[in-house]
Amino acid sequence: MNRLEKTVTADQRQETKMVPVIVDEIIPERDRGRVALECRNLSVEFGGLKAVDDVNLAIGKTEIAGLIGPNGAGKTTFFNLLTNVYKPTRGSILLDKVDTAGMSCDRVCREGIARTFQNIRLFDSLSVEDNVKIGLHTQIQSGVLSGIFRLPKHWRSEREFHERALELLDIFHMADQANVPAGSLPYGDQRRLEIVRALATNPKVLLLDEPAAGMNPSETEELMQHILKIRNDFQIAILLIEHDMNLVMGVCEGIAVLNFGKIIAKGTPSQIQENPQVIEAYLGKQEED
Amino acid sequence: MGFLTNLINGISLGSVYAIIALGYTMVYGIAKMLNFAHGDVIMVGAYICYCSMSYLGLSPLLSILLSVAGCTVLGILIEHFAYKPLRNAPSLSVLITAIGVSYLLQNTALIIMKSDPKVFPSVVEDLPSVELFGGELRIQAITIVTVLTCIFVMLGLTYFTSRTKLGKAMRACSEDKGAAQLMGINVDMTISMVFAIGSGLAAIAGVLLCSAYPTLMPTTGAMPGIKAFTAAVLGGIGSIPGAALGGVLLGIIEIFAKAYIGTELADAIVFAVLIVVLLIKPSGLLGHTTTEKV
Amino acid sequence: MEKVRHLSKATRSNLITYGLVTAAFIIMDLLIETGSASYSLMGLLVPICAYICLATSLNLVVGVSGELSLGHAGFMSIGAFTGIVVVQLLGSGTNDVVRMLIGLASAAATASVAGILIGWPVMRLQGDYLAIVTLAFGEIIKNLLNNFWLGVDKYGLHFSMKSAMALGLTDGGRVLINGPQGASGIPHLSSFFAGYLLIMFTLFVVLNLINSRSGRAIMAVRDNRIAAQSVGINVTKYRLMAFVIAAALAGMAGALYAMNYSSVMPKKFDFNTSILILVLVVLGGMGNIRGGVISAAVLTILPERLRFIGDFRMLIYALVLIGAMNLTYDTRLVEWRRKIREKFSAKRQGQDERGGVSGE
Repeated sequence: MNRLEKTVTADQRQETKMVPVIVDEIIPERDRGRVALECRNLSVEFGGLKAVDDVNLAIGKTEIAGLIGPNGAGKTTFFNLLTNVYKPTRGSILLDKVDTAGMSCDRVCREGIARTFQNIRLFDSLSVEDNVKIGLHTQIQSGVLSGIFRLPKHWRSEREFHERALELLDIFHMADQANVPAGSLPYGDQRRLEIVRALATNPKVLLLDEPAAGMNPSETEELMQHILKIRNDFQIAILLIEHDMNLVMGVCEGIAVLNFGKIIAKGTPSQIQENPQVIEAYLGKQEED
Repeated sequence: MGFLTNLINGISLGSVYAIIALGYTMVYGIAKMLNFAHGDVIMVGAYICYCSMSYLGLSPLLSILLSVAGCTVLGILIEHFAYKPLRNAPSLSVLITAIGVSYLLQNTALIIMKSDPKVFPSVVEDLPSVELFGGELRIQAITIVTVLTCIFVMLGLTYFTSRTKLGKAMRACSEDKGAAQLMGINVDMTISMVFAIGSGLAAIAGVLLCSAYPTLMPTTGAMPGIKAFTAAVLGGIGSIPGAALGGVLLGIIEIFAKAYIGTELADAIVFAVLIVVLLIKPSGLLGHTTTEKV
Repeated sequence: MEKVRHLSKATRSNLITYGLVTAAFIIMDLLIETGSASYSLMGLLVPICAYICLATSLNLVVGVSGELSLGHAGFMSIGAFTGIVVVQLLGSGTNDVVRMLIGLASAAATASVAGILIGWPVMRLQGDYLAIVTLAFGEIIKNLLNNFWLGVDKYGLHFSMKSAMALGLTDGGRVLINGPQGASGIPHLSSFFAGYLLIMFTLFVVLNLINSRSGRAIMAVRDNRIAAQSVGINVTKYRLMAFVIAAALAGMAGALYAMNYSSVMPKKFDFNTSILILVLVVLGGMGNIRGGVISAAVLTILPERLRFIGDFRMLIYALVLIGAMNLTYDTRLVEWRRKIREKFSAKRQGQDERGGVSGE
């Protein structure tokens, strides 16, 4: 928490306080309106192996939540369930009361869940700007015929694409790299571009899979500021997987810990830090000495 | 009896497809490439056998051995000069190269052997055909030899890939080349061996095919090559039993379509079956699905 | 300001392509006018135009959409025979230009219907599986047309899958498609100018599509299917879109090609033709439309120029293919090209590289 104190401006902290921390198993009826995403009994099995086992989790409308756990705990698999890359064996995913479990990946995105990937997945051969424009695909409409025959609609939508893409790139001050092929960006910029592209889809919930991986401490520091800024500007919920505890403890209001596919702890950063089960999951059982 | 005759002919033709498909499947398994030139190796094998029997007057068995040896060397050469430099190239580029090799083999054969069809002497002329049901059902010797060869080849390959050191190395390479290399497996050598084995099988298939259908031309291998490839995909590419099953099924379907629907439409039906199977089970009959890791 | 510069980059690249085709057309036309073009070259002009259109349309599938299609000749075939039947039915009473246009439009229509029929189920498959199914499709089309008879008499159209006799035409009826013999007595409606216009139209459609919202979605699916889905793009829709548009354009090219000859057989549009078109695309650079246009022109002329060496001509063709691929990916050469490019880009520092449709 010290880090947060140091790096976050007073103004931003005030807004942070306004956000409810929702970490209960099932959200009480009166709080339903404040929930952005809720999953109930979410499970997936791969040939008998329960990769995600009966997970109940809810994220508030403008909450920044963290999902942590040792390697192989099922964190990325959980993201893949939320975005329906894998079909859940059981359970439901409620996004604004709509059950997205079983929808196709692209439909889930249109419903309002956007994500980044642990192993970066950009459209490498296309420019940075085009990557963001593809993120905006569902936001700006223009048919194939107006594109081929260059009808006025095409020009109008292209102008909007261009303006909004640059606007979004400006979050990370990347507008000057708009014409660079995405594949040739430095690693950190590729991660940032993935976030911009996900934001372009106008999500209600943003899933970040190890956003700070490969970044140095000062870059991570900067990323924390950005995550807060994104939440405040866009008023969305953010769920992030991260191994960098400074980042997790610094920006997350609620944290869930996953181990062997099960949620073993939920709570505020300070609660998690003191939880003996979490310490055990990370460090192993303490031998008697 | 017509039905039984057709069935036997189908199994026989299918066995040839199966042997070719086994080569296709092995190469695909390890090199992840569609070796379009594979069909033309069949043709080369048949020509070598033809030449050694007709011009050198060698015995059929010696000719077959010569043909297998020649194709094995050819397979290694093709891999070394045409495919090896493309190990890291996109699969489409490798495919184009394979098409180039296919044209190269066809046209070299055209220049050396000319385009007029040669009548292929059967390699099993001395063997009598079997008559059943008081002569009503006549099974030609070549049919029996073909089916037996196919069974033998399939069993041999299964043993080879599951029991021998080189076979295991092959399977390791097809799973993960990088990891195999780290385990001390010579990946280049293993891939060469697969091409060698595949091409050797193609030579056998060529001889058997031309013994049953004795017209030999530079384009003889093209269509059986494509069909064997379809057979490999039908059975599940990468799977050895799949290739054998796909080959035999394809042969049976083709012969039955020819007998009951019409010679001209037989190929269309063969391909239609393939499309239907792939739509129902995209990984083929015995193939297993692989999911991309996200 | 930024926008104007950005747009002009893609547009400039496209204009060069249009300009190149137009310049080549004018030069060829002048050569013909002055009588300096050889007879054999003049016979090749319409096929060259058709192959340029085919290469451009296949490039949309292979280069832009990133799918391997081995049955492009099937669509060409459908377009060719549809075009022939339609212009025959319209009869010589109709103005030739109108006849040609209706022929081309109906060719595009049937080819795109075939594209949807085959593409709809097949787009669930990927990679080599899609390739093999398109191959199978091409062979099926060829086989079906080999067994297809169509005739017309005063009672209308008749078709049969058995023989010309089975059509049961009355006196004065004529056979339009005659099984393996294909169609004959085709009106010679194609011309070099028509070919030029069709190239321009094909380029217009493909280049504009690439530089539009839909084109970006198609390329996104090519670059990373899962990421494309994650931003809400319907993968099947855009793969199918590229496939069907390419099929329609190939159908038109097929009709252009067929109406250059008095008779056309179904076996002309076989697997080898599909491969030939694919080779044009690959040698021109996948996704590089201009490269495809150039390679289509060169590779259609080259085998004809090499005719004097007889059977060796296809041998050389094969060696060119293998050599081109090997040289492209030879590690030493790749390294060398990378160095050159670095030197080159160091010189014009600050200038950004962005060709609209480039994609080496």
